[in-house]
Amino acid sequence: MDGFLSLAASNLGSPLILSFVLGVVAALGRSDLVFPEAAAKALSIYLLFAIGMKGGVSVAEHGIDLRLGTSVLTGVILSAAMPLVAFWLLQIMTRLDRVNAAAVSAHYGSISIVTFVAGTSVLESAGMTSDGFMVAVAAAMEAPAILSALWLISRGGSGATVDADLWREILLNGSIVLLVGAFAIGMIVGKEGMAEIESFFVAPFKGALCLFLLDMGLVAGRGLRRSRDVLTPGLLAFGLLMPLIGGMAGAMGGLLIGLPTGSLFLMMILAASASYIAVPAAMRVAVPEADPGIYLTLSLGITFPFNLTLGLPIYLAIARAISGG
Amino acid sequence: MQTHKAKQVAITIEAPMERRLRAAIEEAGVTGYSILPVLGGSGRSGPWSAEGQVGLAGGMVQVSCIIRPDRLDGLLESVFSVVERHIGVVTVTDCDVLRAERF
Repeated sequence: MDGFLSLAASNLGSPLILSFVLGVVAALGRSDLVFPEAAAKALSIYLLFAIGMKGGVSVAEHGIDLRLGTSVLTGVILSAAMPLVAFWLLQIMTRLDRVNAAAVSAHYGSISIVTFVAGTSVLESAGMTSDGFMVAVAAAMEAPAILSALWLISRGGSGATVDADLWREILLNGSIVLLVGAFAIGMIVGKEGMAEIESFFVAPFKGALCLFLLDMGLVAGRGLRRSRDVLTPGLLAFGLLMPLIGGMAGAMGGLLIGLPTGSLFLMMILAASASYIAVPAAMRVAVPEADPGIYLTLSLGITFPFNLTLGLPIYLAIARAISGG
Repeated sequence: MQTHKAKQVAITIEAPMERRLRAAIEEAGVTGYSILPVLGGSGRSGPWSAEGQVGLAGGMVQVSCIIRPDRLDGLLESVFSVVERHIGVVTVTDCDVLRAERF
């Protein structure tokens, strides 16, 4: 317990979380603080490229082994299965109709790459390492959840379909292309290539993440402000319970394939986090009947802040306890 | 100065649908149009703003084109297939243009 409390205290007192809290407070207080849209986009490209590149370099250094394949497969299975759990929970805990419940569950099978990036930063601060290929696992977990949700909707007789265009948009969305592309570049250039650009992609990484989390705090705070009409006690409870269930599922999957502590922690984060970029866009195209106010509020206003502040230390403490790390 | 009758069609639609809408417009033979960002507004689900959106999902765009009146029905039929199930507004306005051969 002491270990968890000190982890939680050090997480909550870190510049990353304090930047996020500043954003939330500013938005809730209706400050005129605005993060320029183009700057936020540039920062997210920087962060995705840097994290992808680091992962690729790490794999180039340690080589490819069977665990890469089993980890990606585990991630895909988790991403496809979590919407089924979320859908069942939503039907018990809330009064959402089938279409809205399926749309929300898609978000909980997919991932939040910002939570993943924050998790890698927490690992670094704790002096721990993880497998570089977890970046590839993150990319592989973006899409399967969307297909599970559309299957849930089609079982109810609704006409949600995925045409070739939507397939392309889901599989080639910007964050997947950046993560996988930068991962491949990292694998090709290795440590020597990284040395040439690390003054840009390594040293300023945490500072850039602070600024990005400040913006995410503003976004989450605005979402919370608008959430009064949408959030019922059942939905709120779901938004807090589902990441814990996802985290435990990630832990079981990771243990089963023998992931070391750092990677196990990241697998838990991936399974616990909820998408707010790729999945909402896909849902708007495939299931326009679903209310974006519900799924965006839950993933961005409830689950993301929970994971960032309390979830990360909880998952790290559990990962350490069950893997003996 | 001599002016010519034309129709201005303005379609405000969710940002993720923009590419599909452009394809529908081009399929109807309209090759000239403008795409404008929508900063915010208010609709049946209440007020919204483009400020601080982290993805495409919450944003809107407006696609505006000016066409000859005889092309209007074809364009609207093509556009309707895209906008039918989605949030958005389609308006048609009479207007005058100076150079009819351009539309």
